[in-house]
Amino acid sequence: MSITDPLFQHHKHCDKIFADAEDACANGDWAAGEQAFTLLRDQLETHFTSEEELLFPAFEQATGMTSGPTEVMRGEHRQMRDLLAQMQDAVASRDGDAFGGAAETLLILMQQHNMKEENILYPMCDNALGASDVGASLVERLNAS
Amino acid sequence: MHASLSFDQAPPISVPYRFFIAAPWFGVMAGLLLALSGDAALASRWTPEALALTHLVGVGFMLQAMCGALFQFIPVAVGGNVWSPKLVANTVQPMLLLATLLLVAGLLFSRPVLLSFAVPLFLLSLGGFVVVVALALWQTPATGMTLWSMRMAIGALAVTVLLGSLLAEALAHGLALPIIDLTNVHLAWGLGAWALMLLAGVSYHVVPMFQLTRPYPLWFTHWFGPVLLLLVIAWSSRLLLDEAWWTLAIALPLLTILSVYAGMTLWLQYTRRRKVHDATSIYFRVAMLAMLAFAVSGAVFLSYPEFGNDPRATVWLGVLAFAGVFVSAITGMMYKIAPFLNWLHLQRLGAPMNAVPNMKKMIPAEAMTGQLRLHVLAVLLLLAAVWQPGLARLAGIAFAASCAWLGWNLIGAARRYRSFRDQIREVVLRC
Repeated sequence: MSITDPLFQHHKHCDKIFADAEDACANGDWAAGEQAFTLLRDQLETHFTSEEELLFPAFEQATGMTSGPTEVMRGEHRQMRDLLAQMQDAVASRDGDAFGGAAETLLILMQQHNMKEENILYPMCDNALGASDVGASLVERLNAS
Repeated sequence: MHASLSFDQAPPISVPYRFFIAAPWFGVMAGLLLALSGDAALASRWTPEALALTHLVGVGFMLQAMCGALFQFIPVAVGGNVWSPKLVANTVQPMLLLATLLLVAGLLFSRPVLLSFAVPLFLLSLGGFVVVVALALWQTPATGMTLWSMRMAIGALAVTVLLGSLLAEALAHGLALPIIDLTNVHLAWGLGAWALMLLAGVSYHVVPMFQLTRPYPLWFTHWFGPVLLLLVIAWSSRLLLDEAWWTLAIALPLLTILSVYAGMTLWLQYTRRRKVHDATSIYFRVAMLAMLAFAVSGAVFLSYPEFGNDPRATVWLGVLAFAGVFVSAITGMMYKIAPFLNWLHLQRLGAPMNAVPNMKKMIPAEAMTGQLRLHVLAVLLLLAAVWQPGLARLAGIAFAASCAWLGWNLIGAARRYRSFRDQIREVVLRC
Protein backbone atom coordinates (compact mmCIF):
# COMPACT_ATOMS: atom_id res chain seq x y z
CA MET A 1 0.00 0.00 0.00
CA SER A 2 1.37 3.42 -0.94
CA ILE A 3 1.53 6.37 1.46
CA THR A 4 -1.40 8.10 -0.19
CA ASP A 5 -3.57 5.02 -0.67
CA PRO A 6 -5.66 5.75 2.46
CA LEU A 7 -6.43 9.21 1.07
CA PHE A 8 -7.43 7.66 -2.24
CA GLN A 9 -9.78 5.27 -0.44
CA HIS A 10 -11.15 8.10 1.66
CA HIS A 11 -12.13 9.98 -1.52
CA LYS A 12 -14.40 7.05 -2.43
CA HIS A 13 -15.81 6.97 1.09
CA CYS A 14 -16.71 10.67 0.83
CA ASP A 15 -18.26 10.13 -2.62
CA LYS A 16 -20.65 7.59 -1.14
CA ILE A 17 -21.71 9.88 1.69
CA PHE A 18 -22.14 12.73 -0.80
CA ALA A 19 -24.49 10.60 -2.91
CA ASP A 20 -26.53 9.68 0.18
CA ALA A 21 -26.85 13.31 1.28
CA GLU A 22 -27.76 14.56 -2.19
CA ASP A 23 -30.31 11.81 -2.75
CA ALA A 24 -32.02 12.36 0.61
CA CYS A 25 -32.22 16.14 0.23
CA ALA A 26 -33.43 15.87 -3.39
CA ASN A 27 -36.27 13.63 -2.16
CA GLY A 28 -37.16 15.98 0.68
CA ASP A 29 -35.99 13.58 3.39
CA TRP A 30 -34.32 16.35 5.34
CA ALA A 31 -33.69 14.33 8.51
CA ALA A 32 -31.64 11.73 6.66
CA GLY A 33 -30.16 14.42 4.44
CA GLU A 34 -28.98 16.47 7.39
CA GLN A 35 -27.42 13.43 9.02
CA ALA A 36 -25.60 12.41 5.85
CA PHE A 37 -24.54 15.99 5.14
CA THR A 38 -23.10 16.43 8.64
CA LEU A 39 -21.09 13.25 8.19
CA LEU A 40 -19.91 14.44 4.77
CA ARG A 41 -18.83 17.83 6.11
CA ASP A 42 -16.92 16.23 9.00
CA GLN A 43 -15.25 13.61 6.82
CA LEU A 44 -14.20 16.18 4.23
CA GLU A 45 -12.84 18.44 6.96
CA THR A 46 -10.79 15.55 8.34
CA HIS A 47 -9.51 14.82 4.84
CA PHE A 48 -8.55 18.43 4.15
CA THR A 49 -6.76 18.91 7.47
CA SER A 50 -4.94 15.57 7.11
CA GLU A 51 -3.51 16.79 3.84
CA GLU A 52 -2.85 20.35 4.96
CA GLU A 53 -1.21 19.43 8.26
CA LEU A 54 0.55 16.16 7.39
CA LEU A 55 0.95 15.36 3.72
CA PHE A 56 1.52 18.76 2.12
CA PRO A 57 4.13 20.03 4.63
CA ALA A 58 6.06 16.77 4.32
CA PHE A 59 5.94 16.98 0.52
CA GLU A 60 6.97 20.62 0.54
CA GLN A 61 9.87 19.88 2.85
CA ALA A 62 11.03 16.93 0.77
CA THR A 63 10.81 18.69 -2.60
CA GLY A 64 11.16 22.37 -1.78
CA MET A 65 7.98 23.01 -3.85
CA THR A 66 5.97 25.33 -1.65
CA SER A 67 4.11 27.37 -4.23
CA GLY A 68 3.12 24.65 -6.67
CA PRO A 69 0.47 21.96 -6.57
CA THR A 70 0.00 22.03 -2.79
CA GLU A 71 -0.88 25.72 -2.87
CA VAL A 72 -3.49 25.07 -5.55
CA MET A 73 -4.93 22.21 -3.50
CA ARG A 74 -5.17 24.39 -0.40
CA GLY A 75 -7.04 26.98 -2.46
CA GLU A 76 -9.52 24.37 -3.66
CA HIS A 77 -10.00 23.15 -0.09
CA ARG A 78 -11.05 26.70 0.80
CA GLN A 79 -13.54 26.74 -2.08
CA MET A 80 -15.01 23.40 -0.99
CA ARG A 81 -15.33 24.60 2.59
CA ASP A 82 -17.26 27.62 1.32
CA LEU A 83 -19.59 25.40 -0.71
CA LEU A 84 -20.11 23.14 2.30
CA ALA A 85 -21.12 26.24 4.27
CA GLN A 86 -23.67 27.08 1.59
CA MET A 87 -25.01 23.54 1.74
CA GLN A 88 -25.19 23.80 5.53
CA ASP A 89 -27.32 26.97 5.22
CA ALA A 90 -29.54 25.26 2.64
CA VAL A 91 -30.06 22.24 4.92
CA ALA A 92 -30.88 24.55 7.82
CA SER A 93 -33.47 26.44 5.76
CA ARG A 94 -34.70 23.26 3.99
CA ASP A 95 -34.02 24.89 0.61
CA GLY A 96 -33.80 22.04 -1.91
CA ASP A 97 -32.83 24.21 -4.89
CA ALA A 98 -30.02 25.95 -3.04
CA PHE A 99 -28.75 22.63 -1.68
CA GLY A 100 -28.90 20.96 -5.10
CA GLY A 101 -27.05 23.82 -6.80
CA ALA A 102 -24.28 23.99 -4.20
CA ALA A 103 -24.04 20.17 -4.12
CA GLU A 104 -23.70 19.96 -7.90
CA THR A 105 -20.93 22.56 -7.81
CA LEU A 106 -19.17 20.85 -4.91
CA LEU A 107 -19.33 17.50 -6.69
CA ILE A 108 -17.62 18.73 -9.85
CA LEU A 109 -15.05 20.77 -7.93
CA MET A 110 -14.38 17.85 -5.59
CA GLN A 111 -14.07 15.34 -8.42
CA GLN A 112 -11.69 17.39 -10.52
CA HIS A 113 -9.72 18.15 -7.36
CA ASN A 114 -9.53 14.43 -6.55
CA MET A 115 -8.53 13.70 -10.14
CA LYS A 116 -5.58 16.08 -9.91
CA GLU A 117 -4.54 14.62 -6.57
CA GLU A 118 -4.90 10.98 -7.57
CA ASN A 119 -3.27 11.31 -10.99
CA ILE A 120 -0.55 13.79 -10.29
CA LEU A 121 0.03 14.95 -6.72
CA TYR A 122 -0.31 11.63 -4.88
CA PRO A 123 2.14 9.81 -7.17
CA MET A 124 4.54 12.71 -6.68
CA CYS A 125 4.07 12.45 -2.90
CA ASP A 126 4.59 8.68 -2.98
CA ASN A 127 7.85 9.21 -4.87
CA ALA A 128 9.07 11.99 -2.62
CA LEU A 129 8.01 10.50 0.72
CA GLY A 130 8.66 6.82 0.19
CA ALA A 131 10.73 6.33 3.34
CA SER A 132 8.83 8.63 5.72
CA ASP A 133 6.25 7.80 8.39
CA VAL A 134 3.64 10.19 7.00
CA GLY A 135 1.55 7.27 5.77
CA ALA A 136 1.03 5.90 9.29
CA SER A 137 0.06 9.34 10.58
CA LEU A 138 -2.47 9.75 7.77
CA VAL A 139 -4.07 6.39 8.52
CA GLU A 140 -4.28 7.26 12.20
CA ARG A 141 -5.88 10.65 11.48
CA LEU A 142 -8.43 9.29 8.99
CA ASN A 143 -9.36 6.34 11.20
CA ALA A 144 -9.92 8.60 14.18
CA SER A 145 -12.63 10.54 12.35
CA MET B 1 10.03 17.41 -14.81
CA HIS B 2 8.01 19.57 -12.48
CA ALA B 3 8.44 22.65 -14.65
CA SER B 4 5.92 21.21 -17.10
CA LEU B 5 3.36 20.40 -14.44
CA SER B 6 0.38 22.62 -14.97
CA PHE B 7 -2.00 22.46 -12.08
CA ASP B 8 -4.04 25.60 -11.88
CA GLN B 9 -3.96 26.72 -15.40
CA ALA B 10 -7.52 26.55 -16.62
CA PRO B 11 -7.30 28.59 -19.83
CA PRO B 12 -9.18 31.89 -20.10
CA ILE B 13 -12.91 31.16 -20.25
CA SER B 14 -13.11 32.52 -23.79
CA VAL B 15 -10.92 29.66 -25.06
CA PRO B 16 -13.28 26.70 -24.63
CA TYR B 17 -16.37 28.89 -25.01
CA ARG B 18 -15.55 30.15 -28.48
CA PHE B 19 -15.42 26.56 -29.72
CA PHE B 20 -18.52 25.47 -27.77
CA ILE B 21 -20.62 28.37 -28.98
CA ALA B 22 -19.69 27.85 -32.63
CA ALA B 23 -20.24 24.07 -32.69
CA PRO B 24 -24.06 23.83 -32.50
CA TRP B 25 -24.59 26.20 -35.41
CA PHE B 26 -22.91 23.74 -37.75
CA GLY B 27 -25.51 21.26 -36.56
CA VAL B 28 -28.16 23.84 -37.43
CA MET B 29 -26.66 24.17 -40.91
CA ALA B 30 -26.67 20.38 -41.29
CA GLY B 31 -30.33 20.19 -40.29
CA LEU B 32 -31.31 23.00 -42.63
CA LEU B 33 -29.35 21.45 -45.48
CA LEU B 34 -31.23 18.18 -44.96
CA ALA B 35 -34.54 20.03 -44.73
CA LEU B 36 -33.82 21.78 -48.02
CA SER B 37 -32.41 18.73 -49.81
CA GLY B 38 -35.08 16.28 -48.74
CA ASP B 39 -34.92 12.56 -49.31
CA ALA B 40 -32.17 12.65 -51.96
CA ALA B 41 -29.59 13.58 -49.34
CA LEU B 42 -29.89 10.28 -47.50
CA ALA B 43 -30.07 7.98 -50.52
CA SER B 44 -26.39 7.12 -50.18
CA ARG B 45 -23.32 8.30 -48.31
CA TRP B 46 -21.77 9.55 -51.56
CA THR B 47 -24.32 12.21 -52.52
CA PRO B 48 -22.87 15.75 -52.34
CA GLU B 49 -25.45 16.54 -49.67
CA ALA B 50 -24.49 13.52 -47.56
CA LEU B 51 -20.78 14.39 -47.80
CA ALA B 52 -21.56 17.97 -46.81
CA LEU B 53 -23.76 16.80 -43.91
CA THR B 54 -21.05 14.44 -42.70
CA HIS B 55 -18.47 17.22 -42.54
CA LEU B 56 -20.86 19.79 -41.07
CA VAL B 57 -21.40 17.43 -38.14
CA GLY B 58 -18.00 15.72 -38.01
CA VAL B 59 -15.80 18.77 -38.47
CA GLY B 60 -18.16 21.66 -37.75
CA PHE B 61 -19.89 20.33 -34.65
CA MET B 62 -17.72 17.51 -33.27
CA LEU B 63 -14.21 18.77 -33.99
CA GLN B 64 -15.01 22.32 -32.81
CA ALA B 65 -16.40 21.08 -29.52
CA MET B 66 -13.64 18.51 -29.00
CA CYS B 67 -10.90 21.07 -29.61
CA GLY B 68 -12.50 23.41 -27.06
CA ALA B 69 -12.89 20.61 -24.53
CA LEU B 70 -9.27 19.53 -24.97
CA PHE B 71 -8.01 23.00 -24.06
CA GLN B 72 -9.91 22.67 -20.79
CA PHE B 73 -9.40 18.99 -20.13
CA ILE B 74 -5.65 18.66 -20.66
CA PRO B 75 -4.60 20.89 -17.75
CA VAL B 76 -7.21 19.53 -15.34
CA ALA B 77 -7.14 15.83 -16.15
CA VAL B 78 -3.53 15.22 -17.07
CA GLY B 79 -1.71 18.30 -15.78
CA GLY B 80 -0.59 19.27 -19.28
CA ASN B 81 0.58 22.78 -20.00
CA VAL B 82 -0.98 23.96 -23.27
CA TRP B 83 1.20 26.68 -24.74
CA SER B 84 -0.52 30.09 -25.06
CA PRO B 85 -4.05 28.69 -25.20
CA LYS B 86 -5.65 32.03 -26.00
CA LEU B 87 -3.31 32.78 -28.87
CA VAL B 88 -3.65 29.26 -30.24
CA ALA B 89 -7.45 29.26 -29.93
CA ASN B 90 -7.76 32.72 -31.46
CA THR B 91 -5.66 31.61 -34.40
CA VAL B 92 -6.87 28.06 -34.88
CA GLN B 93 -10.59 28.55 -34.49
CA PRO B 94 -11.26 31.19 -37.18
CA MET B 95 -9.14 29.23 -39.64
CA LEU B 96 -10.96 26.06 -38.77
CA LEU B 97 -14.34 27.77 -39.19
CA LEU B 98 -13.41 29.07 -42.62
CA ALA B 99 -11.83 25.78 -43.69
CA THR B 100 -14.97 23.87 -42.68
CA LEU B 101 -17.25 26.21 -44.61
CA LEU B 102 -15.04 26.01 -47.70
CA LEU B 103 -14.87 22.20 -47.49
CA VAL B 104 -18.61 21.85 -47.08
CA ALA B 105 -19.33 24.28 -49.91
CA GLY B 106 -16.78 22.52 -52.13
CA LEU B 107 -18.38 19.13 -51.49
CA LEU B 108 -21.95 20.38 -51.75
CA PHE B 109 -21.56 22.39 -54.93
CA SER B 110 -18.83 20.17 -56.43
CA ARG B 111 -16.41 23.10 -56.66
CA PRO B 112 -12.84 21.71 -56.58
CA VAL B 113 -11.31 25.15 -56.17
CA LEU B 114 -13.00 25.55 -52.77
CA LEU B 115 -11.51 22.23 -51.63
CA SER B 116 -8.08 23.47 -52.69
CA PHE B 117 -8.56 26.59 -50.58
CA ALA B 118 -9.73 24.54 -47.60
CA VAL B 119 -6.76 22.16 -47.52
CA PRO B 120 -3.99 24.60 -46.50
CA LEU B 121 -6.30 26.14 -43.89
CA PHE B 122 -6.95 22.71 -42.35
CA LEU B 123 -3.28 21.78 -42.44
CA LEU B 124 -2.22 25.04 -40.81
CA SER B 125 -4.96 25.25 -38.16
CA LEU B 126 -5.14 21.62 -37.16
CA GLY B 127 -1.42 21.07 -37.69
CA GLY B 128 -0.73 23.87 -35.21
CA PHE B 129 -3.36 22.52 -32.82
CA VAL B 130 -1.96 19.00 -32.99
CA VAL B 131 1.60 20.19 -32.32
CA VAL B 132 0.61 22.33 -29.32
CA VAL B 133 -1.62 19.65 -27.80
CA ALA B 134 0.91 16.87 -28.47
CA LEU B 135 3.66 18.87 -26.74
CA ALA B 136 1.40 19.33 -23.70
CA LEU B 137 0.49 15.64 -23.67
CA TRP B 138 4.06 14.39 -23.97
CA GLN B 139 5.59 16.81 -21.45
CA THR B 140 3.20 16.21 -18.58
CA PRO B 141 4.51 14.04 -15.73
CA ALA B 142 1.06 12.44 -15.33
CA THR B 143 0.44 8.82 -16.22
CA GLY B 144 -2.58 6.62 -16.92
CA MET B 145 -4.74 5.41 -19.75
CA THR B 146 -6.66 8.65 -20.18
CA LEU B 147 -3.36 10.30 -21.05
CA TRP B 148 -2.41 7.49 -23.44
CA SER B 149 -5.85 7.60 -25.05
CA MET B 150 -5.45 11.33 -25.60
CA ARG B 151 -1.98 10.81 -27.06
CA MET B 152 -3.26 8.16 -29.46
CA ALA B 153 -6.27 10.32 -30.34
CA ILE B 154 -4.25 13.41 -31.18
CA GLY B 155 -1.96 11.31 -33.39
CA ALA B 156 -5.04 9.92 -35.10
CA LEU B 157 -6.38 13.43 -35.67
CA ALA B 158 -3.16 14.22 -37.55
CA VAL B 159 -3.61 11.10 -39.72
CA THR B 160 -7.27 11.98 -40.34
CA VAL B 161 -6.40 15.50 -41.47
CA LEU B 162 -3.60 14.30 -43.74
CA LEU B 163 -5.86 11.69 -45.35
CA GLY B 164 -8.68 14.22 -45.68
CA SER B 165 -6.33 16.70 -47.31
CA LEU B 166 -5.10 14.04 -49.71
CA LEU B 167 -8.70 13.18 -50.61
CA ALA B 168 -9.63 16.82 -51.13
CA GLU B 169 -6.61 17.36 -53.39
CA ALA B 170 -7.43 14.17 -55.26
CA LEU B 171 -10.97 15.44 -55.88
CA ALA B 172 -9.77 18.94 -56.75
CA HIS B 173 -7.07 17.85 -59.18
CA GLY B 174 -8.45 14.54 -60.37
CA LEU B 175 -5.57 12.51 -58.92
CA ALA B 176 -5.70 8.80 -59.69
CA LEU B 177 -6.26 7.49 -56.15
CA PRO B 178 -8.62 4.84 -54.78
CA ILE B 179 -11.02 7.49 -53.48
CA ILE B 180 -13.60 5.15 -51.95
CA ASP B 181 -11.07 3.00 -50.10
CA LEU B 182 -9.14 6.04 -48.93
CA THR B 183 -12.39 7.62 -47.71
CA ASN B 184 -13.15 4.53 -45.66
CA VAL B 185 -9.70 4.72 -44.09
CA HIS B 186 -10.09 8.48 -43.45
CA LEU B 187 -13.44 7.81 -41.78
CA ALA B 188 -12.02 5.01 -39.60
CA TRP B 189 -9.23 7.26 -38.33
CA GLY B 190 -11.57 10.21 -37.81
CA LEU B 191 -14.47 8.45 -36.11
CA GLY B 192 -12.59 5.56 -34.53
CA ALA B 193 -9.02 6.41 -33.63
CA TRP B 194 -9.67 10.12 -33.03
CA ALA B 195 -13.26 10.70 -31.88
CA LEU B 196 -14.02 7.39 -30.17
CA MET B 197 -10.54 7.14 -28.65
CA LEU B 198 -10.93 10.60 -27.16
CA LEU B 199 -14.48 9.91 -25.97
CA ALA B 200 -13.36 6.69 -24.28
CA GLY B 201 -10.30 8.27 -22.69
CA VAL B 202 -12.35 11.16 -21.37
CA SER B 203 -15.13 8.88 -20.17
CA TYR B 204 -12.67 6.93 -17.99
CA HIS B 205 -12.63 10.13 -15.97
CA VAL B 206 -15.95 11.85 -16.44
CA VAL B 207 -18.34 8.90 -16.11
CA PRO B 208 -17.11 8.08 -12.57
CA MET B 209 -16.67 11.80 -11.86
CA PHE B 210 -20.04 13.21 -12.91
CA GLN B 211 -22.16 10.24 -11.92
CA LEU B 212 -20.16 8.65 -9.08
CA THR B 213 -19.92 5.27 -10.71
CA ARG B 214 -17.28 2.67 -9.98
CA PRO B 215 -14.18 3.13 -12.15
CA TYR B 216 -13.87 1.32 -15.47
CA PRO B 217 -11.98 -1.96 -14.85
CA LEU B 218 -8.23 -1.65 -15.34
CA TRP B 219 -8.14 -4.52 -17.85
CA PHE B 220 -10.61 -2.59 -19.99
CA THR B 221 -8.86 0.79 -19.89
CA HIS B 222 -5.52 -0.88 -20.61
CA TRP B 223 -6.73 -2.77 -23.63
CA PHE B 224 -9.51 -0.76 -25.25
CA GLY B 225 -7.42 2.08 -26.71
CA PRO B 226 -4.53 -0.01 -28.04
CA VAL B 227 -6.91 -2.61 -29.53
CA LEU B 228 -8.98 0.13 -31.15
CA LEU B 229 -5.84 1.67 -32.66
CA LEU B 230 -4.64 -1.72 -33.94
CA LEU B 231 -8.01 -2.41 -35.53
CA VAL B 232 -8.01 0.97 -37.28
CA ILE B 233 -4.49 0.29 -38.56
CA ALA B 234 -5.67 -3.15 -39.72
CA TRP B 235 -8.69 -1.51 -41.39
CA SER B 236 -6.25 0.77 -43.23
CA SER B 237 -4.45 -2.30 -44.56
CA ARG B 238 -7.55 -3.00 -46.62
CA LEU B 239 -6.07 -0.54 -49.09
CA LEU B 240 -3.64 -3.34 -49.92
CA LEU B 241 -5.64 -6.42 -48.99
CA ASP B 242 -9.27 -5.93 -49.97
CA GLU B 243 -10.65 -9.39 -49.20
CA ALA B 244 -14.06 -10.09 -47.71
CA TRP B 245 -12.64 -12.39 -45.00
CA TRP B 246 -10.13 -9.74 -43.94
CA THR B 247 -12.85 -7.09 -43.70
CA LEU B 248 -14.90 -9.45 -41.54
CA ALA B 249 -11.86 -10.30 -39.39
CA ILE B 250 -11.44 -6.61 -38.56
CA ALA B 251 -15.05 -5.46 -38.44
CA LEU B 252 -16.33 -8.11 -36.03
CA PRO B 253 -13.73 -7.43 -33.29
CA LEU B 254 -14.30 -3.71 -33.82
CA LEU B 255 -18.05 -4.07 -33.31
CA THR B 256 -17.36 -6.28 -30.30
CA ILE B 257 -15.16 -3.74 -28.51
CA LEU B 258 -17.71 -1.01 -29.26
CA SER B 259 -20.37 -3.15 -27.60
CA VAL B 260 -18.14 -3.84 -24.62
CA TYR B 261 -17.40 -0.14 -24.13
CA ALA B 262 -21.03 0.90 -24.49
CA GLY B 263 -22.34 -1.99 -22.39
CA MET B 264 -19.82 -1.39 -19.65
CA THR B 265 -20.59 2.34 -19.52
CA LEU B 266 -24.32 1.61 -19.27
CA TRP B 267 -23.68 -0.94 -16.52
CA LEU B 268 -21.50 1.49 -14.57
CA GLN B 269 -24.23 4.12 -14.89
CA TYR B 270 -26.91 1.65 -13.84
CA THR B 271 -24.97 0.71 -10.69
CA ARG B 272 -23.84 4.23 -9.88
CA ARG B 273 -23.87 5.71 -6.41
CA ARG B 274 -25.37 9.04 -7.40
CA LYS B 275 -29.10 8.68 -7.83
CA VAL B 276 -29.88 12.17 -9.11
CA HIS B 277 -30.39 12.29 -12.90
CA ASP B 278 -29.51 15.23 -15.10
CA ALA B 279 -29.24 16.01 -18.80
CA THR B 280 -25.60 14.94 -18.93
CA SER B 281 -26.19 11.48 -17.49
CA ILE B 282 -29.14 10.87 -19.82
CA TYR B 283 -27.22 12.19 -22.83
CA PHE B 284 -24.44 9.72 -22.07
CA ARG B 285 -26.96 6.89 -21.91
CA VAL B 286 -28.41 7.94 -25.26
CA ALA B 287 -24.91 7.96 -26.74
CA MET B 288 -24.12 4.49 -25.41
CA LEU B 289 -27.46 3.04 -26.57
CA ALA B 290 -26.77 4.49 -30.02
CA MET B 291 -23.34 2.84 -29.96
CA LEU B 292 -24.91 -0.51 -29.09
CA ALA B 293 -27.42 -0.02 -31.90
CA PHE B 294 -24.51 0.77 -34.23
CA ALA B 295 -22.72 -2.43 -33.24
CA VAL B 296 -25.81 -4.61 -33.61
CA SER B 297 -26.74 -3.01 -36.95
CA GLY B 298 -23.18 -3.40 -38.21
CA ALA B 299 -23.22 -7.09 -37.29
CA VAL B 300 -26.57 -7.57 -39.05
CA PHE B 301 -25.32 -5.81 -42.19
CA LEU B 302 -22.20 -7.98 -42.21
CA SER B 303 -24.17 -11.16 -41.66
CA TYR B 304 -26.91 -10.39 -44.19
CA PRO B 305 -25.32 -8.81 -47.26
CA GLU B 306 -28.77 -8.32 -48.80
CA PHE B 307 -29.26 -5.60 -46.15
CA GLY B 308 -25.63 -4.52 -45.91
CA ASN B 309 -25.30 -3.88 -49.64
CA ASP B 310 -28.16 -1.37 -49.60
CA PRO B 311 -26.55 2.11 -49.80
CA ARG B 312 -28.88 3.21 -47.02
CA ALA B 313 -27.28 0.74 -44.59
CA THR B 314 -24.16 2.89 -44.35
CA VAL B 315 -26.28 6.03 -43.98
CA TRP B 316 -28.11 4.37 -41.10
CA LEU B 317 -24.76 3.61 -39.42
CA GLY B 318 -23.64 7.18 -40.08
CA VAL B 319 -26.72 8.66 -38.41
CA LEU B 320 -26.21 6.41 -35.39
CA ALA B 321 -22.52 7.32 -35.10
CA PHE B 322 -22.62 11.06 -35.81
CA ALA B 323 -25.96 12.18 -34.39
CA GLY B 324 -26.65 9.30 -32.00
CA VAL B 325 -23.27 8.74 -30.39
CA PHE B 326 -21.07 11.78 -30.77
CA VAL B 327 -23.48 14.71 -30.88
CA SER B 328 -25.23 13.23 -27.82
CA ALA B 329 -22.08 12.59 -25.78
CA ILE B 330 -20.55 15.96 -26.69
CA THR B 331 -23.74 17.87 -25.85
CA GLY B 332 -23.96 16.12 -22.49
CA MET B 333 -20.36 17.08 -21.76
CA MET B 334 -20.89 20.71 -22.75
CA TYR B 335 -23.90 20.92 -20.41
CA LYS B 336 -21.60 20.02 -17.54
CA ILE B 337 -18.46 21.87 -18.59
CA ALA B 338 -20.02 25.27 -19.43
CA PRO B 339 -21.76 25.78 -16.04
CA PHE B 340 -18.65 24.66 -14.17
CA LEU B 341 -16.45 27.01 -16.19
CA ASN B 342 -18.79 29.89 -15.36
CA TRP B 343 -18.61 29.10 -11.66
CA LEU B 344 -14.85 28.49 -11.70
CA HIS B 345 -14.05 31.80 -13.35
CA LEU B 346 -16.64 33.80 -11.39
CA GLN B 347 -15.34 32.65 -8.02
CA ARG B 348 -11.85 33.80 -9.02
CA LEU B 349 -13.04 37.40 -9.19
CA GLY B 350 -12.53 37.77 -5.47
CA ALA B 351 -16.11 38.20 -4.31
CA PRO B 352 -17.41 36.48 -1.18
CA MET B 353 -18.26 32.92 -2.10
CA ASN B 354 -21.97 33.31 -1.41
CA ALA B 355 -22.08 36.07 -4.03
CA VAL B 356 -21.10 33.57 -6.73
CA PRO B 357 -24.12 31.76 -8.23
CA ASN B 358 -23.86 27.97 -8.22
CA MET B 359 -23.70 25.80 -11.34
CA LYS B 360 -27.44 25.26 -11.55
CA LYS B 361 -27.97 28.98 -12.10
CA MET B 362 -26.01 28.93 -15.37
CA ILE B 363 -28.31 26.96 -17.71
CA PRO B 364 -31.90 26.25 -16.61
CA ALA B 365 -32.41 22.51 -16.06
CA GLU B 366 -35.71 22.62 -17.98
CA ALA B 367 -33.95 24.12 -21.01
CA MET B 368 -31.39 21.32 -21.02
CA THR B 369 -33.91 18.50 -20.61
CA GLY B 370 -36.24 20.06 -23.19
CA GLN B 371 -33.38 20.28 -25.69
CA LEU B 372 -32.41 16.69 -24.84
CA ARG B 373 -35.93 15.46 -25.66
CA LEU B 374 -35.91 17.32 -28.97
CA HIS B 375 -32.49 15.88 -29.82
CA VAL B 376 -33.68 12.33 -29.14
CA LEU B 377 -36.73 12.96 -31.32
CA ALA B 378 -34.49 14.35 -34.06
CA VAL B 379 -32.22 11.27 -33.96
CA LEU B 380 -35.22 8.94 -34.13
CA LEU B 381 -36.63 10.91 -37.07
CA LEU B 382 -33.26 10.85 -38.82
CA LEU B 383 -33.08 7.08 -38.40
CA ALA B 384 -36.62 6.67 -39.67
CA ALA B 385 -35.88 8.97 -42.62
CA VAL B 386 -33.11 6.64 -43.79
CA TRP B 387 -35.79 4.04 -44.67
CA GLN B 388 -38.78 6.40 -45.03
CA PRO B 389 -37.38 9.20 -47.22
CA GLY B 390 -40.54 11.26 -46.85
CA LEU B 391 -39.46 12.05 -43.30
CA ALA B 392 -36.11 13.56 -44.29
CA ARG B 393 -37.25 17.18 -44.32
CA LEU B 394 -39.00 16.86 -40.97
CA ALA B 395 -35.93 15.13 -39.50
CA GLY B 396 -33.73 17.93 -40.81
CA ILE B 397 -35.95 20.57 -39.23
CA ALA B 398 -35.98 18.70 -35.91
CA PHE B 399 -32.18 18.33 -35.91
CA ALA B 400 -31.69 22.00 -36.81
CA ALA B 401 -34.11 23.03 -34.07
CA SER B 402 -32.43 20.88 -31.41
CA CYS B 403 -28.98 22.20 -32.34
CA ALA B 404 -30.29 25.78 -32.35
CA TRP B 405 -31.74 25.19 -28.89
CA LEU B 406 -28.37 23.86 -27.73
CA GLY B 407 -26.66 26.89 -29.25
CA TRP B 408 -29.13 29.18 -27.51
CA ASN B 409 -28.57 27.42 -24.17
CA LEU B 410 -24.81 27.85 -24.49
CA ILE B 411 -25.13 31.49 -25.53
CA GLY B 412 -27.39 31.95 -22.51
CA ALA B 413 -24.68 30.45 -20.27
CA ALA B 414 -22.11 32.86 -21.71
CA ARG B 415 -24.48 35.82 -21.23
CA ARG B 416 -25.19 34.78 -17.65
CA TYR B 417 -21.45 34.59 -17.04
CA ARG B 418 -21.05 38.18 -18.21
CA SER B 419 -24.01 39.41 -16.23
CA PHE B 420 -22.89 37.66 -13.00
CA ARG B 421 -19.33 38.84 -13.61
CA ASP B 422 -20.46 42.47 -13.81
CA GLN B 423 -22.56 42.08 -10.65
CA ILE B 424 -19.66 40.49 -8.77
CA ARG B 425 -17.25 43.20 -9.86
CA GLU B 426 -19.63 45.76 -8.42
CA VAL B 427 -19.72 43.83 -5.13
CA VAL B 428 -15.92 43.63 -5.08
CA LEU B 429 -15.60 47.35 -5.78
CA ARG B 430 -18.03 48.17 -2.96
CA CYS B 431 -15.99 45.97 -0.58
